[in-house]
Amino acid sequence: MRMLLMGNGAIARGAVEGGVQVAAGYPGTPSSEVLGTLAALAPDKNIYVEWSVNEKAALEVAAGASYAGARAMVTMKQVGLNVAADPLMTLAYIGVKGGLVLVVADDPGPHSSQNEQDTRKFAAFAKLPVLDPATPAEAKEMARQAFALSEQLALPVILRPVTRVCHVCQDVAVDENAAFAAPAGRFEKSPDWTIFPGLAAKKHVWLNRQQEAARQLFNSSPFNALYGSKDELSPAGVIACGVSFNYVQEALQLSGISLPVLKTGTPYPLPDEPVLALLRRVDRVLVVEELEPVVEEQVIRLAWRHGLPVRISGKHDGFLPREGEFSVDRVQPVLLAWLCADGAAKGAASGPELPRKEGEAGVHRGQPDPAGVEAAAGISASTPEPPPLPVRPPVLCAGCPHRASFYAFKKAAEGKDAVFTGDIGCYTLGNAPPLNTVDTCLCMGASVNIAAGLYRVEPERPHVAFLGDSTFFHTGLPGLINAVYNNARIVLVVLDNRTTAMTGHQPHPGLGRTAMGVQGKELDIARLAAACGVEFVRRADPYDLEAAINVAAEALAFPGPAVVVMRRECVAVTKSTSRCLIDPEKCLNCRLCIEELGCPAIFPGPEHPEIKGQCNGCGLCAQVCPAGALEEAVK
Amino acid sequence: MSLDIVITGVGGQGNVLASRILARAAMAAGLAVRTSEAIGMAQREGVVTSQVRMGDPLWGALIPSGGADVLLGFELAETVRGLPRLKPGGVVVASAAVIVPVTAALGLAAYQEEDLRNYLRRNVENLHLVDAGALAEEAGHPRAVNTVMLGALAGLSIMPFDAEHLLRTVLDIVPAKYRGINSRAFELGRRAVGGY
Repeated sequence: MRMLLMGNGAIARGAVEGGVQVAAGYPGTPSSEVLGTLAALAPDKNIYVEWSVNEKAALEVAAGASYAGARAMVTMKQVGLNVAADPLMTLAYIGVKGGLVLVVADDPGPHSSQNEQDTRKFAAFAKLPVLDPATPAEAKEMARQAFALSEQLALPVILRPVTRVCHVCQDVAVDENAAFAAPAGRFEKSPDWTIFPGLAAKKHVWLNRQQEAARQLFNSSPFNALYGSKDELSPAGVIACGVSFNYVQEALQLSGISLPVLKTGTPYPLPDEPVLALLRRVDRVLVVEELEPVVEEQVIRLAWRHGLPVRISGKHDGFLPREGEFSVDRVQPVLLAWLCADGAAKGAASGPELPRKEGEAGVHRGQPDPAGVEAAAGISASTPEPPPLPVRPPVLCAGCPHRASFYAFKKAAEGKDAVFTGDIGCYTLGNAPPLNTVDTCLCMGASVNIAAGLYRVEPERPHVAFLGDSTFFHTGLPGLINAVYNNARIVLVVLDNRTTAMTGHQPHPGLGRTAMGVQGKELDIARLAAACGVEFVRRADPYDLEAAINVAAEALAFPGPAVVVMRRECVAVTKSTSRCLIDPEKCLNCRLCIEELGCPAIFPGPEHPEIKGQCNGCGLCAQVCPAGALEEAVK
Repeated sequence: MSLDIVITGVGGQGNVLASRILARAAMAAGLAVRTSEAIGMAQREGVVTSQVRMGDPLWGALIPSGGADVLLGFELAETVRGLPRLKPGGVVVASAAVIVPVTAALGLAAYQEEDLRNYLRRNVENLHLVDAGALAEEAGHPRAVNTVMLGALAGLSIMPFDAEHLLRTVLDIVPAKYRGINSRAFELGRRAVGGY
């Protein structure tokens, strides 16, 4: 049957059809829905699925399952692979028994990430094969086949979808009845599971040999295929990797140009046969891939080793950028410019000599000129500039408890020149005016250590670190232990909204509930902090502003590491029954409620501020109002 | 045939659901389909753009700039922001709803509602401005705006399937207890563009 599937859902379906038995992951946009979908399918398909505390734990759980012969999957976003890098780099030497597939979602753009690192390059560094799908349908097929590939090579395999695969929906064929006869798992003891320098030296030779084995397998992989004019000798050809293939094909179609295009879905190790076949029949080739020139550098090496007189273009000669996401808009002008470029190119054809399809020319559905890509955008060439458009950055939701927590600490630290170190989650949005309470943000769990480092240089200044509940478990705990061990006088504020909100409300150890919905032990953050040796640990409800400010002031005054757990459920998962109302009689129109809080439910009105429908009645504005003009009411 | 639709709006308006409904309707009509949606950080009151492509030929999910056949705008300023995505002569179905961003409430940006409305009226040939917020309230729930907009789109008879087909898909997807509201919202949207 055919289903409308988001790329991440398609990957989960492919994993099920490929016989996945154990899956683990840590949420991170754009990867999160892979594990979420697997968790929903788990009871029916007899799969074990867990949200692990972080990516390193997830990979190690999957590795253990694979050691015992099970097919295992790990999911994360690109920066999560940094956390899992330690086990990954050596797992490549140890190898796997049951197929082990890492789904590592990359985020060119970036849309919702702190960097644009390219997992294909990481795969090459770790010496592991990587698959790069162009569409959800292909991602599903790659996920399905990756387990067998992993077992064939005895290596973990990385599936690297980008945002425009993960979050693209497509009509995809699904086999509801696919069955995989899973072998009974059993761990067989052997010295090969225990890495020592001697084994590492031996396995490094083996690992290097596997690169060639993988390349040979990829030579006949269905994920590499030649499109466009197949027979004739063409002066120019294109090699496109992953989603870039879509943009190249559409750009050629819009331009009415036909060229041989080698689509590759296996960027590392790059198969030599299909690439050499193309290089031998063209004079020039353009390599199109987002981010790093992973394919391009291998193509250059291949051409050089085989002494082929082909001119290779891409990123190294400035035709394509190494940053950002591609699109038809970005690829089409480059393709046309590259086709028209003459000069050093041996036997280069100019644009008009290229084979054109009858009746098709120009850019964008019949518009004539290649330079018109910019002009084509818009309603017509003579359209005037629109009025200024308001910037609309994402903001903390109306009633978000983080807003109240930030505000409490801001008030308690007034006049103290405090530094607020932030972390990864919805609460990074606390950096925006009027709160301005995120002065740094680096990576998961960094807030507490950055604060401790700042303290070493400016011990008189208050340093307040903010991180979320899920982040606390992910990598916050070691930082807290470090702060206690080395006696850093910092305040760690755990913004405990009882969920992993930013990535779509996944559970975590603080809730006890697992990915598969089983209720287990709830880990208490305050008790954990106390067990780490923190002598000042307090809980507060951020909605009770006065109490929260008092706790914050006490924490700031404490002569040692202090922890405040600001606990209040995320508004996106609770159904509020109240909202705030303004009493126009009492309102002074001082606008403090607007200017202090930046709540998206409060807007300036002609006479006094107005409260809009998205108000959740958190009551923070009522506690800020000097005239008592705001009060809670039942919705 | 093929049809490229861009949906613009603000996080929380049901933009992603509208995109999925269009895609499901296209699929049920036997068409190939791709959608691309902003999921994650953008949802928190930020700009949300969805793209729906249906028919043949179909490569990537991203509609080339200046290539969309239809712009479905859920919010006034976001409709104007989305105009460069529309092809010359393309159709705009826009909600008159205004969501003032926090930046404007704080005085850090301007929201010139009248100017934006006039700009649309003067510069878009095929404009259908719908009071979707009021129609959603009339249908029974302010959050039915996305269904009003889908009704309006269906009322223009430019889709590769008819309005009843789209309505069936809407009712198939929404929870049973909201079918009445969504049915009314769809019909009100359809009538608002003269789709009878």
